[in-house]
Amino acid sequence: MNASRREALAAYGLVSPWLIGFLFLSLGPMVASAVLSFTDYDLLNFGATEAVGLENYREAFTGDPVFWQSLRVTAYYALLAVALDLVVGLALAMVLNTGFRGVRFLRTVYYLPAVVSGVAVALLWLWIFQPSTGLANEILGLFGLPPIRWVYSSTWVIPSFVLMSLWGVGRSAFIYLAILQQIPTNLYEAAAVDGTGALSRFRRITLPLVTPAIFLNLVLGVIGNFQIFTQGFVISQGGPGTSSLFYVLYLYRNAFSYFRVGYASALAWILFLLLLALTLVTFASSSRWVYYEAGRDR
Amino acid sequence: MSREATVRGAAVLGPRASGPWSRRVAALLAVAGAVVVLVPLAWMVSTSFKPESQVFRTPLEWIPSQPRPQNYSEAVTLIPFWRYFLNSMIVAVPVVVGTVLSSVAVAYAFARMRAPGLRWLFLLVLAGIMLPGEVTLVPSFLLFKTLGWVGTYLPLIVPAWLGGGAFNIFLLRQYFLTIPREQEEAARVDGHGFLSILMRVIIPQSWPAISVVAAFQFVGVWNDFVGPLLYLSDQDEYTLPLGLAFYRDIYSTQWAHLMAASALALLPCVLVFFLAQKAFTEGVVLTGRR
Repeated sequence: MNASRREALAAYGLVSPWLIGFLFLSLGPMVASAVLSFTDYDLLNFGATEAVGLENYREAFTGDPVFWQSLRVTAYYALLAVALDLVVGLALAMVLNTGFRGVRFLRTVYYLPAVVSGVAVALLWLWIFQPSTGLANEILGLFGLPPIRWVYSSTWVIPSFVLMSLWGVGRSAFIYLAILQQIPTNLYEAAAVDGTGALSRFRRITLPLVTPAIFLNLVLGVIGNFQIFTQGFVISQGGPGTSSLFYVLYLYRNAFSYFRVGYASALAWILFLLLLALTLVTFASSSRWVYYEAGRDR
Repeated sequence: MSREATVRGAAVLGPRASGPWSRRVAALLAVAGAVVVLVPLAWMVSTSFKPESQVFRTPLEWIPSQPRPQNYSEAVTLIPFWRYFLNSMIVAVPVVVGTVLSSVAVAYAFARMRAPGLRWLFLLVLAGIMLPGEVTLVPSFLLFKTLGWVGTYLPLIVPAWLGGGAFNIFLLRQYFLTIPREQEEAARVDGHGFLSILMRVIIPQSWPAISVVAAFQFVGVWNDFVGPLLYLSDQDEYTLPLGLAFYRDIYSTQWAHLMAASALALLPCVLVFFLAQKAFTEGVVLTGRR
């Protein structure tokens, strides 16, 4: 056996665990969920499964107001969360980039929320959002504002979740910070010599140069926030009513509470195609607003 | 997170083209923001030391007038806390080990070896990063149910040993590509095979990247709620997140104890974070991971 064949065999030996995982845990399940989405598979009544064509998709789009509600709630949340994350994240990165003493310690603090996530933190926020003497209402009171029912109010439940997500803004700030730190200082100095104002420097130098990071945070933020689940499951259980019934929570209930696996699979594919479309649109638009140094000048 | 990038970052972090005043304002803003970030966690700790009778008392007390450390010893008996803690470890340790071992091996093959079709397979790794978990959720559950693994830790552990996640493979491959090839050539001339080169040359130089992968993975699996929710049914098998959620349903009025249990549950992640702090804050920059 010659050396290159031995190398090829060794390479495939090393990647084989991933290949098995990819086939059985990614590709296979993806195809399976596509197939299931065309059936009326019931977790409790497997024997009676029949092909139903596009019925599940038709039901979602035309016969299921809860589907639209969950999509609306999720889009509302994701839009607010992503937009605030972009603005506050960039502002925070610019503040951290001014290079004062102790900035390293502060960076650690800002990153902390990213490591403490999940149920324990969901419970913490539930406690903070308690209407009677919860911390959130106490703070409102300090500013003379009336108390809010937070996650117990159908108006405020989504903004409450957005506030929670904003707590983790340090993560995207780090991505901006990495780029800001690479902008040569002389660019700003030259602009200052030319008498360009701070706002103009931001608009003409900072903003164009961070667009690649904005792009990355936008794509990842949309995909990630559309999949919100644990917070909704633990804190509000979709309520009050269906006002925080996030899409994946509705999908989960269809599969594991109503045992409608076929319908849940259709919901999964609709979400997947929606996210794919959003990502592709973002990518397609990027040539208009994302600035890459190596590329042409705008 | 190549070493060069770190050094460059530190060098540029110096004073900017802005006056001392704006720097002072920025520092003030940054400190104020950091306080806002810390307030929820401080409130968690503060509540956890209060007697239940004073939890709702106004005006709010940040430092409990009658601190009650017994909340902690009581919280761990109200629910079988240490049982859940142990269960979480039983899942987390094999997941982290499996992730590191298998993603290092796979990434090495993609970074350094030549084989027909290997480039195409790498494109599939990239596609795997984009795939939202919801699409595979239900069929994966059906697969593990067919295998008879539901109600065991296997569905939570085994996938980690099969490649260790597309993102980790990508991250490690990118890191391996920055290692100069000369040492490998020398080792090859000395008669070392691929595995031996991986162990002697690549891994010793890759600890920064490997610790990023291990730390991220630990935090991810420790906080994972959906996996245990789907696959664990027996209360004795619950991991901490599941146990806490369950605790909430039963003892939702005992906030001080709930906060004590939550604070204890967060402790390992905070510990890992401070141990691998540099890896975290720079790793997120390197990888764009959120």
